[in-house]
Amino acid sequence: MSNTDYVLNKENGRSPVWKFLVSELKPKGRVFTPFNLISVPVIILGIILIVIRFAKGLGAVTNLSQEVPWGLWIGFDVVTGVAFAGGAYVITFMVYILNMKKYQSIVRVTVLNGFLAYVFYAGALLLDLGKPWNVVNPIIGNNFGVSSVLFLVAWHFLLYMLAQLIEFSPAIAEWIGAKRARKILSAMTLGAVIFGITLSTLHQSGLGALYLMAKEKIHPLWYSEFIPILFFVSSIFAGLSMVIFEGSISYKVFSDQISRKNHKSHHDIVHGLARICTITMFVYFFLQILTFVHGKNWEYLNTRMGYWYMIEIFGFILLPMVLFFHSYRTRNILLIKIASIITMVGIIINRLNVTVIGFRWDAVNQYYPTWKEIVVTLTVIFIEIWIFRWVINRLPVLRESPSWTKK
Amino acid sequence: MDINRRNFLKALGITGVSIGAGKKLNAATPKKENVKEFYGILYDSNLCIGCQGCEWACATEHGLPEPDFEDFPEVGKKRKANENRRSVINLYNTSKGDVYVKNQCMHCNQPACASACLTEAMHKTEEGPVIWRDKKCMGCRYCMVSCPYDVPKFEYFSSNPDIQKCDMCFDRIKAGEKPACVTECPTGALKFGTRRELLAEARKRISESPEMYNDHIYGELEAGGTGYLYLSPVDFEELGFNTAIMKKPYPELTKGFLYSVPSIFVLWPAMLLGIHKATKGNKTKTEDNE
Repeated sequence: MSNTDYVLNKENGRSPVWKFLVSELKPKGRVFTPFNLISVPVIILGIILIVIRFAKGLGAVTNLSQEVPWGLWIGFDVVTGVAFAGGAYVITFMVYILNMKKYQSIVRVTVLNGFLAYVFYAGALLLDLGKPWNVVNPIIGNNFGVSSVLFLVAWHFLLYMLAQLIEFSPAIAEWIGAKRARKILSAMTLGAVIFGITLSTLHQSGLGALYLMAKEKIHPLWYSEFIPILFFVSSIFAGLSMVIFEGSISYKVFSDQISRKNHKSHHDIVHGLARICTITMFVYFFLQILTFVHGKNWEYLNTRMGYWYMIEIFGFILLPMVLFFHSYRTRNILLIKIASIITMVGIIINRLNVTVIGFRWDAVNQYYPTWKEIVVTLTVIFIEIWIFRWVINRLPVLRESPSWTKK
Repeated sequence: MDINRRNFLKALGITGVSIGAGKKLNAATPKKENVKEFYGILYDSNLCIGCQGCEWACATEHGLPEPDFEDFPEVGKKRKANENRRSVINLYNTSKGDVYVKNQCMHCNQPACASACLTEAMHKTEEGPVIWRDKKCMGCRYCMVSCPYDVPKFEYFSSNPDIQKCDMCFDRIKAGEKPACVTECPTGALKFGTRRELLAEARKRISESPEMYNDHIYGELEAGGTGYLYLSPVDFEELGFNTAIMKKPYPELTKGFLYSVPSIFVLWPAMLLGIHKATKGNKTKTEDNE
């Protein structure tokens, strides 16, 4: 980051860049929108709760117990949030590795989304740590717990954020008008993409591998040695569903920023994504069935958790898969959006089943999140959306790059 | 052949070192050989009278709150260790009458908690105890998620929370003393020694009075072997033990995944770069989509 700044400063002289940055901090657009009216009170309340959490300990805010040490903040914010951020590595794979230029126009917004998701959900992880000041221990110093899956995940989060920042950095350079920096940073994109995809493969599956040692604690219908593979495959269509969903909102909210050419190609892109979702969801569905048969868990099917399992498999994998397939064939955009929402709900259910609902399902005192945990989770999401909006309104993310880049 | 060479080298090394360093290092060598075996504790339910002396000794030793006088082991009441007590005694009504059981950290040979820890705060010492080190811990509680016995306890109501768990009085062991609970135990239900000695002792007790013991040493194979070993007159299932515990070390569950990491790190970038080069010249496709 500091490196970039240095190049920029040299390019433009010192004062204009900073004046420009300060002027950009001012809000653009209307202040009293419905989103602002809802999000601001939630964020204020959430920040108060975070202060209480650090002053009095995790027990003051959360329902975590000695039996269930990881709750909503890990299960939803981190594990589910990162699955949704998977769109970035899938889209960069398609555009830079497979050279499917059709999707070029959504690369920046997807990478931005992924980057912010990682920053905020890894940030949410800090809220959950008992001694967050020791978080640097596995990064510097001689405390490398290399046998730990969490060690791998922590390092990958860090490195992947860096890779995404490099992938996104040309947009920052265009924003400030740093021509030489943009050239250098653009040249680094392919390397960052390859590195980023490799990291994503490992930590998307690594988030599942975290739970491998909790063998007796997770309901047998959700525990298997294949959790890492299932998490990886599902992150593909989880990320793409998020791209479709986020795209359809951005398409409306930021419609003034999108060029006419990209307006036209939007439907085409959504169709393409729906097709990829169909294929990966079919693979995932097949893997789930294999895992189930392999685990010989027939006796659990006729229980309450069994019904819940079948709802997840048929209602939130098979159904949206069929919807994606059907809407792709009939070119029905609305149906694709509905399918992507069902898919996202399904991913939330799946990740929570492994991490929260199925974890210690047999315990006497079941874990359920407090309203405070939910408010803090919403705070994290809302702040992320604020920053996202701020960036979209200023940087060439959805809109076309400045004309000097085309030379 | 191999051993010969090793012995030769060893002798050569010792000679060299003793010439070079003299007495100092020579004296240190046998000590190093002693700690190769893990220490452990053998708990015999037949001898335990449920006096809770071990609970008191543990609380005093580790500066934890004094145990509550009202809270004694009773049939049908499951007392659990928590952030204020590392070890508890419970009473079970079994097919052979009332039996006491002590619960605390099992000190696995290959602990799940230590392999889960990303800062090496949870650590299996050479001496055998599994200890927790506050300077390294970041409070992620992954050890608690991973431990099959639910041993590590977290101080949820502290702004600088510690993990509480039995450390087999590691400081006392280093000083050459026995753990506080073992010293306190009036009936000899707790016996401290190397794991090998304790296993031999446990087998002896079973074979000498088979009518008194269930022929099973809990901890010999459970979770790949534990430092704490249990003898009881009945099936361990009757004493509230988790019978679903695997007979192999828990870290093996993540081994396959972790071993795949280096190969993916080598293969993936090469493959991705290959695909990139292969699809680059695909002009028609590009034009189609634009």
